Amino acid sequence: MASAAEPHTFPQLAKRAVADTQLRRNIGNATQTIRTKRAAVVAEVQDWEELREAGRSLKEHTLRNLDRYLVQLEEAVTKAGGQVHWARDGAEATRIVTEIANRHSVKEVIKVKSITTEEIKLNEALEAAGIRPFETDLAELIIQLGDDVSSHILVPAIHRNRAEIRELFMRKLGLAELSDRPSDLTAAARTYLREKFLTVPMAVSGANFGICDTGTICVVESEGNGRMCLTLPKVLVSVMGIEKLVPTWEDMEVFLQLLPRSSTGERMNPYNSLWTGVTPGDGPQEFHLVLLDNRRTDVLADRTGRQTLNCIRCSACLNVCPVYARTGGHAYHSEYQGPIGAILTPQLHGMDEAASLPFASTLCGACYEVCPVKINIPEVLVHLRTRAVARSGFNMEKLAMGAAIRMFDNPGLLETAQKIARVAQRPFVSDGYITGGLGPVRQWTRARDLPAIPGQSFRDWWRTRR
Amino acid sequence: MRVALFITCYNDTLFPQTGIATVRLLERLGHTVEFPEDQTCCGQMHSNTGYGDEAIPLIRRFVKSFRDAEVIVSPSSSCVSNIRTAWLRTLADTGDEALKRDVAELVPRVFELSQFLVERLGIDDVGAYYPRRVTYHPTCNSLRALKVGEAPMRLLAKVRGLDLVELPDALECCGFGGTFAVKNEDTSVAMLSDKMRSVLGTRAEICTALDSSCLMHIGGGLHRLRSGVRTVHLAEILASTEKDFIHGERR
Repeated sequence: MASAAEPHTFPQLAKRAVADTQLRRNIGNATQTIRTKRAAVVAEVQDWEELREAGRSLKEHTLRNLDRYLVQLEEAVTKAGGQVHWARDGAEATRIVTEIANRHSVKEVIKVKSITTEEIKLNEALEAAGIRPFETDLAELIIQLGDDVSSHILVPAIHRNRAEIRELFMRKLGLAELSDRPSDLTAAARTYLREKFLTVPMAVSGANFGICDTGTICVVESEGNGRMCLTLPKVLVSVMGIEKLVPTWEDMEVFLQLLPRSSTGERMNPYNSLWTGVTPGDGPQEFHLVLLDNRRTDVLADRTGRQTLNCIRCSACLNVCPVYARTGGHAYHSEYQGPIGAILTPQLHGMDEAASLPFASTLCGACYEVCPVKINIPEVLVHLRTRAVARSGFNMEKLAMGAAIRMFDNPGLLETAQKIARVAQRPFVSDGYITGGLGPVRQWTRARDLPAIPGQSFRDWWRTRR
Repeated sequence: MRVALFITCYNDTLFPQTGIATVRLLERLGHTVEFPEDQTCCGQMHSNTGYGDEAIPLIRRFVKSFRDAEVIVSPSSSCVSNIRTAWLRTLADTGDEALKRDVAELVPRVFELSQFLVERLGIDDVGAYYPRRVTYHPTCNSLRALKVGEAPMRLLAKVRGLDLVELPDALECCGFGGTFAVKNEDTSVAMLSDKMRSVLGTRAEICTALDSSCLMHIGGGLHRLRSGVRTVHLAEILASTEKDFIHGERR
């Protein structure tokens, strides 16, 4: 991550990304491929709209009764032999995980499926405590080996191509020969990871779902690395945001249909791992569930913002977003990118970190259209823009917006302004177009001409015909 | 029918020809057109940029101007969708129940031009003539917020002399997005470049849409390129007749 001194607003980071032709090609090709696959498998489901509605209403029901369901989950997990920990914020959550590792004198942990642990910066906290985390998801491994930052919530290394990955593996894994064939790259990663799976005694996972009536935790992944992490180590710690609850086992049928089709464009997900507490002689013998708030209850208290917590991290919104397609994920400067990142990041990390993100959208609505749980992302974006404006101090934009209102609330004043603008634009007009200008006009005319204000407004014309 | 026009601040100031075409078209179809002169702006720029509260006086003004209208028609899908989808949200916390009631009562009478013609009046042949190769860009607001569907295409298909060509990647946003175009200039221009490539690839002479704002963005880019391709609002195409052309040239 860039330090606070480096530029990190969306427009600053996007400027760099938009100029990177390789990046734009990598991101554009990858999102287009997933988008096409998703559209095809969604079209196969006749009751897709009903499924979306079921997903939305299940999520809303759960969030409305979250207090009750959280207690139910805690009781079920405890009864099944697991231990439940409550973490108010990232600092508490990382302390809990580090203490569990220290209690077992563990110096290495393997990790899987863990954006939530990125959110709380767990790797940094573990390293500070002398514990080495190893990412086992192929894309996460690529990110970790390259000292890079993820750029997509589902495909974290989407910005990298095969040639770059080959070079990275040869350098970091000490390989003398390696082709850039996907199968060879995967084999190299597998050899490296196998050893970790078989020797590291503790795993940290995220969680896609926590099923309240049975106390079952679910991780959905595509490579089998999750299955390894969840079954081989002696100790398993799962870090889960409190919004990930699902009331009953039956409700999973809705989400296990919505998620794979929306995210990877598959009919069914390759590896759905579900575990309930501990089973003597089979799998981890110690299981900890860390339930993380980290401002989620604040989000829940916000009438417009709370729908953000419906998110099942499918990434369909990233793959259809025309802004994301041009900038990639790093421009969002967050572990959550794209349209969902633009509303989740300011709410979880605070507006100080992310005031430019709610503006990183044209409000085109493509994200809302594909969202499997019907999060009205444009609505939340506008809501957060209002908040960003309210907390910003006095500035030229506020002055201009105020002046515009006084003008629009007075037709006479609007006409006067039109007349003044007609005269004021003269130095910049040639052949009916403005090609230069100042301030926001200059921001416009660097790449686009602006039609000059014509001599007669509609109002003027209307009067002439009577 | 008595039709009250909402011309929008944008069209009034920058694109009066769009408003003039709307008047000509509706009168040719036999309607009585009114223009309440107290109207100004729907407040879209303010609410979409995070100044929703500031837009409330404009909502009040609009309600006052159009209270007695039978139907309100506007040649701007983004302004109509702002009225239809954002106003009640903007007013949610104000406690001004009377204004909320007025808005709720008024909203069903507000129509985007093409939707008014096809869905409300049930006509798709407006007797237009426009001998040009034209491509249609479905703007995000018309497509997703207003769901105008096939209405504009049905109208264009009945325009005599018009050669309608399909726009590749038509569903992609052009990158305008109101203040997005200046706040995120680089990304906006990247999106515009792809949209222009699609438009130029069709070899159309004209790109049309239901929003002067998106057309200003696309047209501004095409003009900078000296591409020879222009943007024209759908209202102008529908208003055109044989009398406007001599041997294929515009009078």
